[in-house]
Amino acid sequence: MKGPELLKHYEDNWVTDMGAWFPGERVVLRGKDVFTELNNHTWMEYLVYAVTGRESPKIARLMEALWSITTSYPDPRLWNNRIAALAGTARSTGVLAIAAATSVSEAQIYGLKPIKGATDLLYRMYAKKSAGHSIDRLIQEELKQYRSVYGYGRPIIKADERVEPLMQFARSIDAADGRYITLAFEIEDYLKNSRLKYQINIAAVAGGLVADQGLTANEFYHLATLCFSAGMFPCYLDAKESEGCFFPLRTERINYIGSNSINKWGGNNGDL
Amino acid sequence: MSEKKNETITTKIWRETPEDDNPFAASACYCAGYDVYGDLLGKISLVEYLWLLFKLEPPTKTETLLLEGLAVALANPGPRDHSVHAAMSAGVGGSTRASALMAAIAVGAGSLGGGREIYTTIQYWQQCGTDIDAWRAMLQNPPREERADVWPDMEHSPGFDPNGASCPTPVKQVLAYLASTSTGDVLPWLQDNRQALEILADSPLAMSGVAAATLHELKFSPEQAEILFIMLRLPGAAVHALEQEKIGWNRFPFFSDGLTLTNDPGPVNRKESN
Repeated sequence: MKGPELLKHYEDNWVTDMGAWFPGERVVLRGKDVFTELNNHTWMEYLVYAVTGRESPKIARLMEALWSITTSYPDPRLWNNRIAALAGTARSTGVLAIAAATSVSEAQIYGLKPIKGATDLLYRMYAKKSAGHSIDRLIQEELKQYRSVYGYGRPIIKADERVEPLMQFARSIDAADGRYITLAFEIEDYLKNSRLKYQINIAAVAGGLVADQGLTANEFYHLATLCFSAGMFPCYLDAKESEGCFFPLRTERINYIGSNSINKWGGNNGDL
Repeated sequence: MSEKKNETITTKIWRETPEDDNPFAASACYCAGYDVYGDLLGKISLVEYLWLLFKLEPPTKTETLLLEGLAVALANPGPRDHSVHAAMSAGVGGSTRASALMAAIAVGAGSLGGGREIYTTIQYWQQCGTDIDAWRAMLQNPPREERADVWPDMEHSPGFDPNGASCPTPVKQVLAYLASTSTGDVLPWLQDNRQALEILADSPLAMSGVAAATLHELKFSPEQAEILFIMLRLPGAAVHALEQEKIGWNRFPFFSDGLTLTNDPGPVNRKESN
């Protein structure tokens, strides 16, 4: 079936095993009754079940630690948090602030792309290393093709202060010595001593830890979508108190590097 | 005490001079050297100003006509479109109006008829140009990245409608108008080769395909075209959201009988737990 036939098949017809609301009666998620079978789950356990279909208090605990220890920095200078702060100082709503800041968290140099990318990297590297390739060669190939290695290196500062606290937590729940997290640090050993001098960042550590729990890169991406949110609320609340005063910019803070000519629309251009 | 140099916002687009009594307010704003409020206002059309913002130089007459035509074609995808449906879903629940636009942007950003499709299609244009053999090779063996991305994989030939039958009349009308207005080679080539391309893609040309070709002919980069396309489709999302907000949720489809749950544990569990 394709084209209009396919669309006709789906018209008013969504068949699913994910879940549904039976109005006035009950709710089902992935085959379980929410009120009677999932009612004692923590919110994070519920989220893990919703995303993966797995019931795992250990993954939920690990995810919670990842969220609170490593991604909920209440600093409004960080670019995603800054959206929340700007929304606050511009007197927008709290939900718009967090929704916009969350969407901005899907960034290239931090946030969701490295989180997904580093996990994917470890799965690919592990498979190729198991097939006999050296880390040296694999990383060289990755750099040649993509000019970066997700999970290694960091903007603003080289070392990542979150690595040790997270590893400490991982050790406390006996989740710190699996094959993927071991590989993550092996890759760091290589990159640290290369001309790039890259150190591991939290994305590779988190990716290694969750891969060792059997989460795919995609599952981790979804579970991490809201991971920055707890850091955003303080930024919004704080900036909301001072209307228009969050990092105001005077006109001279615009560094114009364009042409210095003064133009007339529809007329001749003149000089500044 | 050492004086620290202020960090600045570096831009080629915008220059401001301060008011005498307030360094935080501009007395004049220049876009690409044009005094926006002292000169452009009253002379420039919205489409010309959009062009100036993106390109930093005025458009030619043909460029204005093409962008104007595309903007009209895209302004309202209609209430069945996914992005407009998203905006109306915000409207019917009485959500904030900004959330209606955010919903339309998020849904209208995707690879099926959205901004990401424009980005990818223009990359195809950059590689294939007006060479039908290059298009054949590209559509038959689309590039795939080994590395995972946040974007779901492209599942159809970009610029074509995987769920279409034949090329819809509005798409043909827009292409015919833009191709006849064009002084370039992309749109006339697409007009001449549409059916051959549709056979290669095994699906009809979509409005996104016409938009991508137009923006490529107008020399917008894939990044510029992606964001401009998303912007140009927002007016329809806005007005449909406002309209549904007034009409209300009970006159908006809920698909009450449309969902079938295949693994429903049934109400039995509840009774057992009582």
